Amino acid sequence: MSDHMSDPAQDAEGPAIEMIGVNKWFGAYHALRDIDLIVARGERIVICGPSGSGKSTLIRCLNRLEAHQSGRIIVDGIELTADLRRIDEVRREVGMVFQHFNLFPHLTILENCTLAPIHVRKLARAEAEELASAYLRKVQIAEQADKYPGQLSGGQQQRAAIARALCMSPKIMLFDEPTSALDPEMVKEVLETIIGLAEEGMTMVCVTHEMGFARQVADRVVFMDDGAIVEINRPEAFFTAPKHERTRLFLGQILK
Amino acid sequence: MPGATQDRRPASAQAFVRQGPAPAQPPPASESFAGGLRGNLFGDWRTSLATLAVLTLVGLALPSLLRFLIFDAVWSAPDGELCRAPGAGACWAFIAQKLPYFIYGSYPESQRWRVDVTMFVGAVLIVWLLWLDAPARRLAAFLFFVAYPLQGFILLHGAPALGLPRVETHLWGGVFVSLLVASVGMVFSLPLGILLALGRRSRLPALKLACTGFIEFVRGVPMITVLFMANTMLPLFVPEDLAPDRLARPLIGVALFASAYMAEVVRGGLQAIPRGQFEGAAALGLRPWPTLRLVVLPQALRHVIPGVVNSFISLFKDTTLVAIVGIFDFLKTIEAARQDPAWAGPTISATGYIFAALFYFAFCFGMSLYARFVERRLGSAAA
Ligand SMILES: Nc1ncnc2c1ncn2[C@@H]1O[C@H](COP(=O)(O)OP(=O)(O)OP(=O)(O)O)[C@@H](O)[C@H]1O
Ligand SMILES: [Mg+2]
Repeated sequence: MSDHMSDPAQDAEGPAIEMIGVNKWFGAYHALRDIDLIVARGERIVICGPSGSGKSTLIRCLNRLEAHQSGRIIVDGIELTADLRRIDEVRREVGMVFQHFNLFPHLTILENCTLAPIHVRKLARAEAEELASAYLRKVQIAEQADKYPGQLSGGQQQRAAIARALCMSPKIMLFDEPTSALDPEMVKEVLETIIGLAEEGMTMVCVTHEMGFARQVADRVVFMDDGAIVEINRPEAFFTAPKHERTRLFLGQILK
Repeated sequence: MPGATQDRRPASAQAFVRQGPAPAQPPPASESFAGGLRGNLFGDWRTSLATLAVLTLVGLALPSLLRFLIFDAVWSAPDGELCRAPGAGACWAFIAQKLPYFIYGSYPESQRWRVDVTMFVGAVLIVWLLWLDAPARRLAAFLFFVAYPLQGFILLHGAPALGLPRVETHLWGGVFVSLLVASVGMVFSLPLGILLALGRRSRLPALKLACTGFIEFVRGVPMITVLFMANTMLPLFVPEDLAPDRLARPLIGVALFASAYMAEVVRGGLQAIPRGQFEGAAALGLRPWPTLRLVVLPQALRHVIPGVVNSFISLFKDTTLVAIVGIFDFLKTIEAARQDPAWAGPTISATGYIFAALFYFAFCFGMSLYARFVERRLGSAAA
């Protein structure tokens, strides 16, 4: 789909995402510590790290599901502040896929996909349905369009959630552990869908522990620990020659 | 030993590889109704004992009840003479003769068609709204919630300009007033309850405090107090000539009282919506208000259908309390008719109250059945 390609005119605007000296606290707990990260347009970033290290918090700051307290976050040229209009603009450009899908259980899969196009992008119903059908075909669950989320397998639900996000024609996709709530045999179908997107040139930031996937699609891997970025590297270097002691320990644990 | 080399493991532990496909089989036949009944009622000795005990109790009470209600009942009579005979059962003739009064109260006889038309239109609109597959239910909603109240008010209260003489509300009474109080209560309590529930969850401290205060105060006083307060206090707060009508006051009281309870029911449903739903909607760029309308409320209200219906049922029965502030609702008309010396007799009161009980039961049980039907429909939709 051509609307996934970042067009050259916008490449001129600068990177897709800039995080500069970002800090975030939950009460007294310092959850993000001096985060600096620049994601180029079309770049695929994989974030990994131990539980509680702040991966979700980081990715949720990118569409302001969480507010940061200091530093700057600029997404697609729009700086995220308390200004609601800017938050709306950023959310229109950024799609998000959650660990637990967060589909709307009272709506069919098709209605899940058309809800935001109709009420946010103000598309006509017919147009929105056409768009949604196209993306449902793309993630290969077109025949489930009229079912409710509860009637689908986990893998199908997650692919529906991906289609729902794509229906807003986002420039950037965020994935927060998209496969960690799935049974092993369903992980593959979801990862293949995401790989398909990556190959089309979508900018994405993906929190995951699927290291095979990271090797295959990531341009860079970010390793976080205790709210800070410990290491950023190309996947080959990251997996074969991790520089930081913490990274080596972590990789040792999950790769064994 | 030759035997030692033999496989001595039980057959079930042996490896198994299926050679062909497993053929599909039809499901086991479901039990016949009679068979199921026998199994449920006389499954084992304890169930059988309970069944027998219940049957004995019913058997003891039923014959005399049937005799009173049906076999010995007086079905038609010009006055109370026959009903006063020793051994006579329920005096249905009394109900038949007083029925117009029970339905219309003291509404002038020549104008009663106005009540008939209003109740008929209301019934048609309600069926249209409640029938889930009906066409153009949005139109039905508009007619019911906007056009119908206006039509009802003009027709019932009168508009001399249109040639409809005024009928003052002190003449209104009977079933039609009970239904009026109940439907005004229901129609206003649900949206008001939703607003109060949202207000109570609001992040704006003043709004939250006001809604919480209102809910807790109204829930903390008896309905009768609310009615008395509506009756005596509303006129104090508004200028004399704008003071609400004596029927409007308890209507407002009932609606406010019911909305406080409704608010807590709805809040329970809102509480049950997981945070992920809000986040999913926010990530799609939906603003808080559309999120509420499109994602949160539809789910929350589905969760609370039983609670809402429960509130509606108690509201329907609580409408009988408006009699305390001088409104002639259905129960009050029975109260009044029962005093008629022409019909005085030992069975008149019992007959009147049984009739009232049947009326209230029919409506409340109807609501309950409908709610169960809707729940089942929604349950099978979003499994
Ligand atoms: N809403 C919140 N309120 C308070 N503390 C929070 C909140 N959300 C996260 N935290 C804390 O912030 C830290 C980082 O959480 P985060 O969810 O970002 O971790 P994570 O790296 O995504 O972990 P996981 O791999 O388990 O998902 C944790 O210690 C967590 O307890
Ligand atoms: Mg997480």
